[in-house]
Amino acid sequence: MSDLILTTLMTEHPTDSHTLSRYEAAGGYAALRAALGMKPEEIVEQVKASNLRGRGGAGFPTGVKWGFLAGGGERYLVVNADESEPGTFKDRQLLERDPHQVLEGILISAFALGVHRVFVYVRGEYSRPARRMQAAIDEARGAGLVGDDVVGSGYGIEVSVHLGAGAYICGEETALLNSLEGRRGEPRIKPPFPAVEGLYALPTIVNNVETLANIPWIVTNGGATYDSIGPEGSRGTRLFSLSGHVERPGNYEIVMGMSWRELIYDVGGGIRDGRDLKAWIPGGASAPWFVPEPHLDTPVTNDDVGRLGSMLGSGAVVVMDETTNVVAAALSIVKFFAHESCGQCTPCREGTTWMEQILERILHGGGRPTDLDLLLDISDNISPGLRWPPVMTTICPLGPSAVSPITSIMRHFRGEVEEMVMAGAAHV
Amino acid sequence: MRAWSDETMERARSLVASYPEARSAVMPLLYLAMREEGGSLSDDGMRVVADLIGLTPVQVKAVASFYTMYKRHVGRHLVSVCTSISCHLLGADEVLTAAAAEVGVPVGGTAADGSVTVEGVECIGACGGAVAVQVDYEFVEGVTPDAARSLCRWLIDESPETVHSDAMQERFGGRTAFDWGSEDPTEAVGPMPAFGPYGTAGGA
Repeated sequence: MSDLILTTLMTEHPTDSHTLSRYEAAGGYAALRAALGMKPEEIVEQVKASNLRGRGGAGFPTGVKWGFLAGGGERYLVVNADESEPGTFKDRQLLERDPHQVLEGILISAFALGVHRVFVYVRGEYSRPARRMQAAIDEARGAGLVGDDVVGSGYGIEVSVHLGAGAYICGEETALLNSLEGRRGEPRIKPPFPAVEGLYALPTIVNNVETLANIPWIVTNGGATYDSIGPEGSRGTRLFSLSGHVERPGNYEIVMGMSWRELIYDVGGGIRDGRDLKAWIPGGASAPWFVPEPHLDTPVTNDDVGRLGSMLGSGAVVVMDETTNVVAAALSIVKFFAHESCGQCTPCREGTTWMEQILERILHGGGRPTDLDLLLDISDNISPGLRWPPVMTTICPLGPSAVSPITSIMRHFRGEVEEMVMAGAAHV
Repeated sequence: MRAWSDETMERARSLVASYPEARSAVMPLLYLAMREEGGSLSDDGMRVVADLIGLTPVQVKAVASFYTMYKRHVGRHLVSVCTSISCHLLGADEVLTAAAAEVGVPVGGTAADGSVTVEGVECIGACGGAVAVQVDYEFVEGVTPDAARSLCRWLIDESPETVHSDAMQERFGGRTAFDWGSEDPTEAVGPMPAFGPYGTAGGA
């Protein structure tokens, strides 16, 4: 059995892995046919047994989430394809290169959850992934895999693609639901959680693209088999997006548990031009940074990264070499969150912009000696105690995410920031 | 108020009917409105959307103004340079500056002849192919400042009717975030995502 779950077909058949004929030739949709012969609750049990954790960022166990879906009546499955976390480009590859694997996961999950209507919310900038997903749905409908009577089972399902329009916050599941309802993409106060009151106030499960792409394999091979891959708490394989100053950037499907050194140096080919590693972000722009000492030889697992005060998040590893100006890098991230703040909560709306302005002036030679404490004070007002996972003063985690680069540079590179303030000029 | 074509109105009504609640059609209909107006969103366009869905124009405007892709003023082609962390680390600022200089506009500006708008954008999901650029939401990856200048010069001089991602990548791109695999035949028309089901430019 191959070590890979998600990327086998696209690796072996680069020219047509996105087509129905290639997908079916490789055994595709057999899992759906098998699932339609199972009781829905049996499928939910398999997913629970697999210990698959959500791949969108929060890492919540998928089967447990499914278990929260309120009973009776109409309900929805919404696919979160609003991939926008800086550093992350894995769902895009799944949608472009193997959309049928995603669709089969959607159909099986919908059947398991008693859903008859699915919306795939694709970020607006993802034209090609949206086209590929739509083409896959159309092909599947033509083959009787989507529609009123899926392969003669009597089960009916409709799947539609809904295009976003440029708002990172819509990756937050309740903001996504508001957006899909035709509203501003502002996160909702929870509870109620979407599983109880989601789209149109009906029970709704929101799952990430990569999460759902694992479902056909779990149905075929069993939840227990999935649960035997990788260390406890980090089961299965996972797509990591490597970017930044790494020699071989790209998406890599790996079994978790290897060290960061192995991921960055063996998988990613090390640092470009033989330079030294300065820092990396282990799980997307929201995550607190890691540095070689003490993190390089620690394991890449949810639990280890969590214990060390960060997260695997969306699986985006952004590598920074010794030449990196950490204030400029932090500014890029804070600017992102300031731009993407929806504006509902004062600490986030005001705090992110304020932090952006302070970093900007430090970078351009206008820093003040009080700026370091001011940055930490603002951070503490957004997320009291500066801990990870963060304490929240806001409806959603966007505000606390903007604090991550600040605490990271203060913790690991305070000398550099001070020097820049004192020099009164950026040493870029 | 300029009326939409019969074909677009029909498409808009079927989109409204396709959702469990009409209001969900606001976003696709705003894209339709942009197409009807040649790529930019107007107050008139938003009024038509409001009528079709049964909202007030202000409600529609409140939604439209939340999202960056519903643009009020944009050139025939939109060049979006990613400036988020991975692209930042590999020189996004230089690429953005080069593109804006070639077009002769400040960042966010549109050429006097209306040919090209250059903007800096947040992460577009091509981080392994930094510096990433989109033209009318079609990817070009691994773009250098020189390539960005050539790309903008081409858009200004040739004023192509459509743009095609694979062809632009071949001519102006470098390293990609991942192997793109087979080509995608779709060509984007104008500064909107080419995604057929919503009746935006290009696509089915």
